[in-house]
Amino acid sequence: MKMPELDADVLARRREIVQALRRIVPGEGVIDSEDEMRVFESDGLTAYRTVPMVVVLPENTGQISRVLRYCHEHKIKVVPRGAGTSLSGGALPLGDGVLLGLAKLNRILEIDHDNRCARVQPGVTNLGITQAVAHDGWYYAPDPSSQIACTIGGNVAENSGGVHCLKYGLTTNNLLGVEMVLMDGEVVRLGGKHLDADGYDLLGVITGSEGLLGVVTEVTVRLLRTPEATRAMLLGFPSVEAGGDCVARIIAAGIVPAGLEMMDRPAIHAAEDFVQAGYPRDVESLLIVEVDGPPAEIDALIPRLQEIAREAGAVTMRVSEDDDERARFWAGRKAAFPAVGRISPDYYCMDGTIPRGRLPEVLTRTTELSAQFGLRVANVFHAGDGNLHPLILYDANNPGELEKAEEFGAEILKLCVEVGGVLTGEHGVGVEKRDLMEVQFGEDDLKQQQRLKCAFDPEGLLNPGKMFPRLHRCAELGRMHIHHGQMPFPDIPRF
Amino acid sequence: MSGAQAFRPETDDQLLEAVRWLVSEDAPAELVGRGTKRRFGRPMQTEHTLDLSALAGIRLYEPDELVLSAGPGTPMADIEAALAEARQMLAFEPPDLSALLAGGDPDAAGGQRRDSLGGVIACNLAGPRRVTAGAARDHVLGVEGVGGHAMVFKTGGRVVKNVTGYDLSKLLTGSHGTLAAMTHLTVKVLPAPETEATLVLSDTDLADAGRLLTTGMAEPAAVSGAAWLPGRLAAGSFGDVGAGVVLLRLEGFAASVADRQAALAGRLGAGRLGAERSLTVLDAEAPADRWRGLRDALPLTVLNADAPLWRISVPPSAGAWILQALLRPETDDIGLLDWGGGLIWLAVDVAAPEGDAGETRVRAALAAVGGHATLVRAPDPIRAAAPVFQPQPSALAALTARVKESFDPKHLLNPGRMYAGI
Ligand SMILES: Cc1cc2nc3c(=O)[nH]c(=O)nc-3n(C[C@H](O)[C@H](O)[C@H](O)COP(=O)(O)OP(=O)(O)OC[C@H]3O[C@@H](n4cnc5c(N)ncnc54)[C@H](O)[C@@H]3O)c2cc1C
Repeated sequence: MKMPELDADVLARRREIVQALRRIVPGEGVIDSEDEMRVFESDGLTAYRTVPMVVVLPENTGQISRVLRYCHEHKIKVVPRGAGTSLSGGALPLGDGVLLGLAKLNRILEIDHDNRCARVQPGVTNLGITQAVAHDGWYYAPDPSSQIACTIGGNVAENSGGVHCLKYGLTTNNLLGVEMVLMDGEVVRLGGKHLDADGYDLLGVITGSEGLLGVVTEVTVRLLRTPEATRAMLLGFPSVEAGGDCVARIIAAGIVPAGLEMMDRPAIHAAEDFVQAGYPRDVESLLIVEVDGPPAEIDALIPRLQEIAREAGAVTMRVSEDDDERARFWAGRKAAFPAVGRISPDYYCMDGTIPRGRLPEVLTRTTELSAQFGLRVANVFHAGDGNLHPLILYDANNPGELEKAEEFGAEILKLCVEVGGVLTGEHGVGVEKRDLMEVQFGEDDLKQQQRLKCAFDPEGLLNPGKMFPRLHRCAELGRMHIHHGQMPFPDIPRF
Repeated sequence: MSGAQAFRPETDDQLLEAVRWLVSEDAPAELVGRGTKRRFGRPMQTEHTLDLSALAGIRLYEPDELVLSAGPGTPMADIEAALAEARQMLAFEPPDLSALLAGGDPDAAGGQRRDSLGGVIACNLAGPRRVTAGAARDHVLGVEGVGGHAMVFKTGGRVVKNVTGYDLSKLLTGSHGTLAAMTHLTVKVLPAPETEATLVLSDTDLADAGRLLTTGMAEPAAVSGAAWLPGRLAAGSFGDVGAGVVLLRLEGFAASVADRQAALAGRLGAGRLGAERSLTVLDAEAPADRWRGLRDALPLTVLNADAPLWRISVPPSAGAWILQALLRPETDDIGLLDWGGGLIWLAVDVAAPEGDAGETRVRAALAAVGGHATLVRAPDPIRAAAPVFQPQPSALAALTARVKESFDPKHLLNPGRMYAGI
C-alpha cells in the first residue's frame, strides 16, 4: 500500500513539534515513546501498521482547535482516531503525522427527552449512548456489531450501519448536529436540536467523510423510544435463491422488518459449530427476520411473515417465544465473524452492496472465484438492504496468501459494482479500498469529490492517503478548461 | 452572443454543452424545473435560463428493490402515480408549494401537484412525516449532474447502504441549484402505510399545543404527523375547533394503528394535561386530504396572498412558545406548527407591515434556542434586501463560500439564490 511520502522536514522537527503540542495538551496527553505509541499503530484492519510520529490525546474542543491550527501552520499531517475499530484502515497512522485520539472526550453532555435527542462528546461509545437513556425507555438506533467499543465520532466519520438500519437508517439518518474543527482550527457547528441543518447539507457530507474533512468534537443524535416488543423468526431455505425470494416478497408485501439478515451454508455451519444457536445445518440459506413495535402489530405481522416464508419455500421456520430465544437466534449471526475466525487462522471481511435481486448471481460467481483462488468464503448478508459481507478465509503465515485474499476480495467488490452496487456499504474506503475507487467512479467524479476536500482542507493535511487513489493539488483541480469566448453558440432547443 | 438565452436541453449532452457555453461566456443562469418555486429564495439578476423540464421521465422503478430513478424535470404527479400503483411512496412526504408561491387555485391542476422531482430535491422539502421518515436528503441515493466546471459527475448510487466516497448527493439536495444542474436522480421509496388514523384534539391553544405535541411525540405510539392549527386556519378543514386543533397521525398496519390509537388517546384524552378538550378520531377515509393540505401549507392560502411567510425550524419543544412570541399583539399575525412543534409557519399581517417582513424579530427569537428561519414568501424587493435564509456565523459562511466555489467557481449556477455572493 503506497502512502504519502514521509515529510523529512517535519520528521527533522519532531522534538520541537512534540514540545509545542505539550504546551497545548499538558500532562499525559502527548505520547512520543515508540513503545507507548505501538497500541495505536493500526485499527481494525490489522494487516496495515505504522507507528505515528506522535500521539495527542486532547480533552476538549479548545485543545483540538489549537492542535489543528498548529499543525496547519507547520504543515503537519493529522489522523483522527476514535476507538480504532475501523475495518478499512481509516485510522491508520502516518509515520510523519500526529495521531489525534479522541477517546478522552467521553462525556454525555445532555439528554433532552422533550426534543428526543442527546448531545455527546465524540469519544462516547455507540452503546454508551443507549445505556445512558435506556432506563427511561429510549435508545440510539444505529447498532454496529462493534458498538461496545466504537465511538460515536468514528460512527459519524464512517456513517456506520447496523443490523437494524433497514428500518431505522444509518448514522447519517440519526444525527441532528455536530460541532467540528476544521484543519485550520476554525470551529463550526452544523445543525442542532432542530430538524434540517440550514444552508448546504454539510452535516450530510461530514458523515461518512472518514476523518478527511474535519474533526468531530460534539454530536447531537436523535433518540427513539425503545420498541414495546420485539420478536424474531428463523427461516431456513433449500437454496440461496429461495431465501432471496423470501426477502423480496416480504418487501413487496409492504413490510419493512427491523432486521433482515441472511447467512449462507458455510457461515451457518461455522456459527453453529461455535455457539450452538440451534441453526439447521441442512439448509443453503438462513434468514433472521426481526419485527418490533406494539404487540398488536407484531401479532399481526408474524402470521403474514409465516405465510410469505411458506410461499417462498422455507423448510425451517421458528418464531421466538421470548427474548432469550430471540437472543439465541441472533447469537450465531452476531458471532459469525469470530466463528469464522475459529475455522481459519485469518479472515478478511468484505463489505460491498448490491441490488438485492442480484444476490444469487453474485453468490454463484463468488463461489467460482473461491475455487479459482483456492480460498474458502462464508457469506453473511444484511439482506434487507443488499449489504454483503463475504468473509474470505486465509492463513497469513502462508506466504502470498494475504495478497491472494486481497485480490479475491477486490474481485468480489468489482463484481458488486458490475451488478449495479458499490464498493462499501458501511466499513468505508480508507486505505483498503482506496485503489479500487476508480472501479466505481470516473475521473471527473473523483475530481469533484476532491474539490470538495479542498474546500475543507486545501493543504491536504487531514488524513491524507485515505479514500482517494491519486492526490491532486487543489490549484490543479480548480483549473477551468474552457475559456472566455471559446465555445460556439450551442444548438440546443429553447423555450 | 447577445440576448437572454433560455436553453431547454433534451439530453445530458445538450445540457453539458449549454453549461460549457455559460462558462465560456461567463454568463450566469437561472436553473428551472417546472417553475413552481421560482420565487423561493433570493431574486436573481441572471440573464439566461437553463430549463431542465425536458430532462424528464422515470428511468428505473423497481418496487422490490425500493428504488426509483428519474430525470429532474419529471412531474411529481407522475412519480406519485407510479408509486401509488405499487402501493409505495416517497416517505418524506414532499410538499408542493405551488399554491403558496405561484399563486392560483390549488385545484386548478385537478388536484394534481405541479412541481418536479428536481425541484423537490433541490429545495430539500419534506412534509409532516419528516418527524419519523427524515427529509428529502435522507431518501436521495444518487445524483448525476453537471457542475460549474462544465463536467458531468455522479455521486452515490442506487443502493441504500453506500459509504463509498463523500455523500455529495446530500450536499446537492437542498443546494437550490447553486452547485450543479442535476440530470439524474435516484431515490429510495418505501411501502405506503396500510392505513392511518388521526387524533384530533380541539379547543387547544398554543400553550396546550406545546405540551400535547411534545408528549405525543415522546409516546411509543410512533406518531408520524404532529401539528397544530389555530381556529382560524383550521376552520376550512375542521369546522369550529375553538382556539385551535392538535392533530396526531398514526400510520401502519390496521391492527397496530388501532392499538396505538387507543393507547395514545388514553394518554392525551380529556382530563389529562390540563384543559378540557374534545378528542375525536378521523379514520383512514378522512385524514389523507387534510394531511396533504397541511403538507402543502394550504391552510395559509386563506390569508392575503401578499402576507410574508416564514418557515422556521426550531427544537420541537420550543415551537409553541416561539410562535406565541412571534405573534404581535393587536395584529393579525398568525401561524401554525408542524413536525411536533419543530416547524413553524408564520404569516405576517399585511395590515401591520414591517420593512423587513419581520426578519429582525424572527432572527432574534431564534437566537436563544437555535434553529433557522426561511422567508418563503415576500415581495421581491424585501427578499433581495433581507437575508432569505438564515445568516451563518463567519467561519461557516466562509466554508459555505468555499463549497460553492468547489462546484461552481465562476458562480454561474443560480448565483445569489441562497446567499448574496454565493
Ligand atoms: C468486530 C467489528 C464489527 C464491526 N461491525 C460493524 C458494523 O456492524 N457496522 C459498521 O458500520 N461498522 C462495523 N465495524 C467497523 C467500525 O466499528 C466502525 O467503522 C466504527 O464506526 C469505527 O469507530 P471507531 O471509533 O473505532 O473509529 P476509528 O476506527 O478510530 O476511526 C474510523 C475513521 O473515523 C475517523 N474518525 C474517528 N473519530 C473521528 C472524529 N471524532 N472526527 C473525525 N474523524 C474521526 C478516523 O480518522 C478514521 O478514518 C466493525 C468493526 C469491528 C472490529
